[in-house]
Amino acid sequence: MASGTLAVGGLSVSYGKAVQALREVSLEVPEGTVTAVLGANGAGKSTLLRAVSGTLPFHRGSIEAGEITLGGRRLSGLRPDAVVAAGVVQVPEGRRVFGRLTVEENLRAGALGARDRSGAAAARERVMELFPVLAERARQRAGLLSGGEQQMLAMGRALMARPKVLLLDEPTLGLAPLMAERIGETVAEINRQGTAVLLIEQNAALALRLASTAHVLEVGRVTLSGPADALAASDEVRRRYLGVGDDDALEPRFQRPPTLERWAG
Amino acid sequence: MTTFIELLVNGVSIGSVYALIALGFVIIFKATEVVNFAHASLLLVGGYVIAVLHEDLGFWLALVAGVAVAAVVGALVEFCVLRRSRAGDQHVLAIVTIGVDILLTTELTRRIGTDVLAMGDPWQSQVVQIGGISIAQTRIAALVTAATLITCFLLAFRYTSWGIAMRAAAEDRETAALMGVRLSRVSMGAWAVAGALAAVAALFLTVFPTPGLDRSTSLVALKAFPAAILGGLDSTTGALVGGLIIGLAESLAAGYQNDVTFLGRGIGEVVPYLVMIVILLIRPAGLFGTRELARV
Repeated sequence: MASGTLAVGGLSVSYGKAVQALREVSLEVPEGTVTAVLGANGAGKSTLLRAVSGTLPFHRGSIEAGEITLGGRRLSGLRPDAVVAAGVVQVPEGRRVFGRLTVEENLRAGALGARDRSGAAAARERVMELFPVLAERARQRAGLLSGGEQQMLAMGRALMARPKVLLLDEPTLGLAPLMAERIGETVAEINRQGTAVLLIEQNAALALRLASTAHVLEVGRVTLSGPADALAASDEVRRRYLGVGDDDALEPRFQRPPTLERWAG
Repeated sequence: MTTFIELLVNGVSIGSVYALIALGFVIIFKATEVVNFAHASLLLVGGYVIAVLHEDLGFWLALVAGVAVAAVVGALVEFCVLRRSRAGDQHVLAIVTIGVDILLTTELTRRIGTDVLAMGDPWQSQVVQIGGISIAQTRIAALVTAATLITCFLLAFRYTSWGIAMRAAAEDRETAALMGVRLSRVSMGAWAVAGALAAVAALFLTVFPTPGLDRSTSLVALKAFPAAILGGLDSTTGALVGGLIIGLAESLAAGYQNDVTFLGRGIGEVVPYLVMIVILLIRPAGLFGTRELARV
């Protein structure tokens, strides 16, 4: 069923009319799949999610061209609360839990955007099943949780709105490898339960393992797209994002770092 | 000793009224990060409506009307002025509220003229005697009303969805928006609640022993600014404690000014600001405040 596909078509975004952050980016997150977007710092990954969630105005950014749709319904131009109500919810980079609120209150905050409140109890149960630690810490202030627990809370909070598509911005950033693994397993589990996931990651190995399709974003453009396993096998991705490859191939890259490309044109 | 207790009770009573004003001020700041300089004029709007309507509608209906009008005017200021402003900067918006304050106050002063308007309250100038201490009924009513309203507010702030949306937005506006919180609704709600609280405060600032509402009432309301600031602009607890401190300080200073004649008359008027300055010297963010007002 293609009715729940999140589609980004020809999207160009700029900040303050001067900084071009995305140029004609197109990608799709078909219903029930995991799609990964890889890229270095400043490639425009977070900008892509801001455009989908409608929070570009917070950063003085705006969509210049292209559109974003969910199952054919236009999302671009909507306010953030309308995007949430349509079923697309973001877990922002750096978790951004409400530190002065308790864990329980954070979860309630996550349910504020759901259009009907009737399924809130079921959503809460599902979140507690995925993250039992949140039930133990329900009365604690979120600011006192560890980084991994905060990531779980941020994901649980987003799931309280019962999204069709979950947007994850660098969920494993700054976490210990074991915790990153656990977050990865949870993402797979959330997807198994029927939620589509758009996963933004610097941890390319993890992202490519979870995703069925992947895109590489470089300086605001999609430079590579394809099935995740094909991308994982490609030399380009192995060298630049997975950190493996023969030394001969690495040598010239050190002499001409890829970051210079953005100044060349 | 009886004088002291009387001054104490009066101080707590007037302090709780200041707390109502400061609370509104803090809610607006938390929800929108705007320092609302139009707060005193919102208060004047509420008081004026009560004073004008009480003869026709009776006191209680007039009170309801005053609270409602002040809430609507607050919401309208948010909706018509602040929301339309394309200046994303909170400091600019704070200055916009000064403009709103001047407009509202000027219009109300024109209407009030040189009159002193009675509020038509049922307490009048009656005094209650408790064990040799005499306290005006209005002071008791003020204390009970303010305490009830503040309790209701804090419970709502803590447990309702509205409260959670407010606190989430206060902490991180962008993330709250990502959770589907409608920030425009949150800030409009904050302005309306602040207006309603200010109207109630207006009533108790103008009943006995004050002769009534006149054009200087908004100046009296200004004493709630030090209350909000010394408590910490972003702390509801701070607003309550700040209100009590200012009320007590003012009451005691006014009561004992004969003992400190070398300071001259009217020390009670100055004390709120003195207390604020001393506390800010020691704690720049206020007693319970967590954020600096501006980062450089």
